[in-house]
Amino acid sequence: MRKTAGKVQDGTAVEGGIGMLNHMNPPHMNPIDNRKHRVGAGAPGSFLLRYMLPALLICLMTMAAWADETYKIGGIFSATGPASFLGDPEQKSMEMMIEQINAAGGIDGRMLQAVIYDSEGDPAKAVSAVNKLLHKDKVIAIIGPSTTPTTLAIINFVERAKVPLISCAAGIAITTPVKPWVFKTAQSDLLAVAAVYQHMQARGIKKISILTVANAFGESGRNQLLDQAAKFNIEVIQSESFGPKDTDMTAQLTKIKSASPDAVVCWGTNPGPAVVARNVKQLRMEIPLYQSHGVASPKFIELAGDASEGIILPTGKILVTSLLQDNDPQKSILEKYETDYMEKYKANVSGFGGYAYDAVNLLAKALKGSGGDREKIRSSLESIGNHMGVSGEFNFSREDHNGLSSDAFVMVEIKNGTWKLIK
Amino acid sequence: MQEILQYIFSGLTTGAIYAVIALGLSMLYSSTELINFSHGEFVMLGAMGIVTLWVHMALPLAVAFFLTVACVACTGLLFERLAIRTAGNAGHIELVIITVGASIFLRGVGMVIWGKDPFSVPPFLGHDSIEIAGAALLPQSVFIVIAALVLAGGIHFFLKRTLTGKAMIACAVNKKAAWLSGIPSSTMAVTAFVISTGTGAAAGVFIAPITMSSYDMGTMLGLKGFCAAMIGGLGSLWGAFAGGLLLGLLESLGAGLLSSGFKDAIAFVLLLLILYIRPGGIFAARDAKRF
Repeated sequence: MRKTAGKVQDGTAVEGGIGMLNHMNPPHMNPIDNRKHRVGAGAPGSFLLRYMLPALLICLMTMAAWADETYKIGGIFSATGPASFLGDPEQKSMEMMIEQINAAGGIDGRMLQAVIYDSEGDPAKAVSAVNKLLHKDKVIAIIGPSTTPTTLAIINFVERAKVPLISCAAGIAITTPVKPWVFKTAQSDLLAVAAVYQHMQARGIKKISILTVANAFGESGRNQLLDQAAKFNIEVIQSESFGPKDTDMTAQLTKIKSASPDAVVCWGTNPGPAVVARNVKQLRMEIPLYQSHGVASPKFIELAGDASEGIILPTGKILVTSLLQDNDPQKSILEKYETDYMEKYKANVSGFGGYAYDAVNLLAKALKGSGGDREKIRSSLESIGNHMGVSGEFNFSREDHNGLSSDAFVMVEIKNGTWKLIK
Repeated sequence: MQEILQYIFSGLTTGAIYAVIALGLSMLYSSTELINFSHGEFVMLGAMGIVTLWVHMALPLAVAFFLTVACVACTGLLFERLAIRTAGNAGHIELVIITVGASIFLRGVGMVIWGKDPFSVPPFLGHDSIEIAGAALLPQSVFIVIAALVLAGGIHFFLKRTLTGKAMIACAVNKKAAWLSGIPSSTMAVTAFVISTGTGAAAGVFIAPITMSSYDMGTMLGLKGFCAAMIGGLGSLWGAFAGGLLLGLLESLGAGLLSSGFKDAIAFVLLLLILYIRPGGIFAARDAKRF
């Protein structure tokens, strides 16, 4: 039985093919076409090939013609994987902004089209994504990637292809030394450390111990803390570290406690710093605890619970929008971003999504009047000044491709389970 | 002196966590001769279970505890039925690789169910630390040590004093001979898995208030638990217990007295030394198998 069925099907396939070739003949003259009614299975196949294919081709051709009128912008984000807390809101913010710009009539009458790839936080995947964007999609500019290692991996490719890149990663190595085609919108660790040290100086803190997580974020923070200390007359008397998955830091903190510094600085991302906060309370240490902007999210307060009371940390203004004074020039921008994002995705904004939001806005500004010329885009990006964004005020120049100052950070203290702005 | 005492307390806190994880691993090894590299993921499931049932659904702690352990033990049963049993007469290496695959799978499932953010669980007995001679100790740590002791004692009693337990060990020693003398070896294997994963879940519940729970917590904990079991000698319950405490103490004394940067290095160099001098581990009854 099976064999017969197979034979019948094989037959129809051939018939379909012949039918296609002979489709100019009137159907009643064609014996093969007449047989088709007997073996019904062949009919839809040939129908598809006869009528749908040309229709599809026409569709594709019109799409290609439409694509010529648009500006293609590439995006590479860690939308999945360990850094998805960065990449996911970034991708959403980029899509939202492109939609808004297109709804308002595009740029110089031309629509924007986003081509976004997922790097999964993996430098190798970021490299293959950038090659696709440069050679297959032929984008005029790229936004992202989300992390420092993925950004560093693709810098050479965009430099060689001369395509402007606006990274959403924080590492200072991205824009120091300045590379002509590479910009970034995320605040550097450098600025966060400066904000912390300024606050310490005002409080008269002289001797500190630092406790950093043993990964790229913690290492970069540690280097900045050690490098900038002398400038603020602060002495780092101890430098300890902990593993990203460690469950108890009392050993390191006991060592710190016995050296009695004026303050402790912990530099890491969740959940380690929450464990540190709890351990500090457990050991009844009475000195101030500073944390990094890496834990500036309500999640940290939830994880550390009571132990988060009195912790001081730097954060982008987005975390404390409602606490800002009404005359703060950034407030209206932050509020607009928050309401738009909330409306579209029914989720709370994070500072991370803001990096991509700023990147799209800066790029849109540079695209105006460029006519899609990449060198023009690059030079007008470099000349952008006084641009108020979610992350701060951008003042790009030939020497500065990040364009932010330590004003991009505000210091907050955790009081009664919520943030309190420190003036 | 006060600092040394604090280092010892810190070491006991982390050590007790490693010990209670090592117990489940060691128990499974002593009854099936299999090392389950997805054990850490069952610990994660336990911790996440208590987050869901106790913290989010606000069930009474005891109910949440038993429900979590039961659910995770059922997962362990499914794991044995679907992944280990179907492998048939595969060798040790193949089975170990299956468990590695299962760990990746379970982590993925955990990420889909609970998301990527960590969760915090309040301690079972108050937030305040107990102060002994100027050094602070969390009540939860004492709780974990006691839980580890009770679990070790319970499993020890089960394996050495009950018929089912003895049958289980017989299966581990020689599966065919055990089968010939009328022991249903496949039932024994599944029981061993249920008990082992249940122990893992209990470990997860007890440690959750200290470690914070997230979908990827299991990997490192499973690895440290495995080290603890190796130090003590695989298959020896009290060895696993002592090995865990020793590893924790080495880490914390290393971090405190030498450098926190070398914390893991110090612990693992000592582990290598111990295995060099006593390849079967400190408490090993017989030589460990080499894979």
